[in-house]
Amino acid sequence: MASDQAHIVIDRVSHEYRPARRRPVLALDDVSLAVGDREFLALLGPSGCGKSTLLYLVGGFLPVEQGAIRVEGRPVDGPGPDRGIVFQHFALFPWKTVTQNVLYGLEKKGLPREERLRVAQEFIELVGLRGFEDSYPAQLSGGMKQRAAIARTLAIDPSILLMDEPFGALDAQTRSLMQAELLRIWQRSRKTVIFVTHDVQEAVFLAERIAVMSARPGHIKEIVEARFDRDDPELQRSRQFVEMVDHVWNLVRGEAILAERSGAA
Amino acid sequence: MISGTLSAMTSRMPAVVPRYMPLLLLAAGWEALTRTGLVPKAALPPLDTVAIAWYDLASSGDLWTNGVASMTRGAAGLGLAIVCGSLIGVLMAWYKPIRVTVNPIVQFFYPMPKSALIPVMVLWLGFGDASKIVLIFVGCLLPITLSAFNGARGTEEVLIWSARSLGASRARVLWEIVMPSALPELLSGIRTALALSFVLLVSSELIVARQGFGYMIGWLGDGGAYDAMFAVVLTVALLGFAADRLYLMLMRRILVWRE
Repeated sequence: MASDQAHIVIDRVSHEYRPARRRPVLALDDVSLAVGDREFLALLGPSGCGKSTLLYLVGGFLPVEQGAIRVEGRPVDGPGPDRGIVFQHFALFPWKTVTQNVLYGLEKKGLPREERLRVAQEFIELVGLRGFEDSYPAQLSGGMKQRAAIARTLAIDPSILLMDEPFGALDAQTRSLMQAELLRIWQRSRKTVIFVTHDVQEAVFLAERIAVMSARPGHIKEIVEARFDRDDPELQRSRQFVEMVDHVWNLVRGEAILAERSGAA
Repeated sequence: MISGTLSAMTSRMPAVVPRYMPLLLLAAGWEALTRTGLVPKAALPPLDTVAIAWYDLASSGDLWTNGVASMTRGAAGLGLAIVCGSLIGVLMAWYKPIRVTVNPIVQFFYPMPKSALIPVMVLWLGFGDASKIVLIFVGCLLPITLSAFNGARGTEEVLIWSARSLGASRARVLWEIVMPSALPELLSGIRTALALSFVLLVSSELIVARQGFGYMIGWLGDGGAYDAMFAVVLTVALLGFAADRLYLMLMRRILVWRE
């Protein structure tokens, strides 16, 4: 991928956390990565390897202090509606109903009222939450909360979707349902996706490319291409797929052991 | 529908009666103590004479005019404290310069008994409404400020990030995300302040006033009209209790979105 035509360019980025009264921690060490337009990229690595940090830097939630991150050629300067984010713990506004949550970004876009309501309903139906429009997040299951959060993010039509272990808090059955559904949605809307996960199977199933990260301080260890026919219902049982999972798992394994020993949470 | 509300009523009724049973027992005990002469009538008048005195005070209009005076003062002081306290607390959480400036002042004055300010308020503002309103305002301001501050400080970072990435400006985030996040804690701080406002109201009126419940209690007590004095004391207690219950209902309504 030539970096001049990439959608997102991460150029020699390092990041250090400086907690009060404790030693600073180097979370990212000289990371470079380019993500193509409409590409689905997974950031895979053991706990504490800095993959979420990298995502937050792209999102503009943390300041880029060393190196540079460019989106469509422009350096990232704070969060913006061009980069939608989905968090592991949903981050829905608890005092708003499902519809009100989805409407929030649409109001900020300045759409007329009728239009807002129409778009909100469209995305609520897309994620299968029809009938729960007036429920508060506290009344929903984990999977439904994440569906609502995804609808809220997709509704404002960002060109980039940042996903921070979005299915990590869900049970195994819900997770696999949500993965299939995310693929379906992505195939329809074709956004550039950065998907952070520590689940090898999930990364191979969803992503076209997988950036495997090392244990802390995180850097990109290897980039693996994983181009499959994702419409094939037997994909996850195919030999190619199983071998790919095995290959990626071998790459991550050593790093996971390192992370475990260093006591990274 | 009708049978539903009926069954809801009948299932609530027996729950309310046993809950307030201890109060009825207390009243019965009061009556028994005074009737048997175990406690002299001057120290504790029987409940029925208190009720008669209450009826006299109510029908003469005294209870009403003094009550309105007191409640207006309380509402004004508490209302001002709610507006200012919420704003100061949230701004303290959001802007470091404000936090650094205001926090030591709040910390220093928080444990101070506000009733110590009564003579100061009289000196500055005289015997009228202003001294009571300002005292209640000052007293209620700190618990409300602190609860708004703590509530706002507990705002989840991912909610702020979500709002920002959905296109909200920083100023919008303060109003639309931080404020509602602070609400549960802020509302319980206001509940504390509501109770405190009654304390400050009556004690300031007891010391210096020409009107109000506290003034009535002091004046009736000095004149030896103990049954009437107790009638006013019980009225204040009942009003305080009713205000707290009403507030609790309002609070539950505002916070319906919690589980």
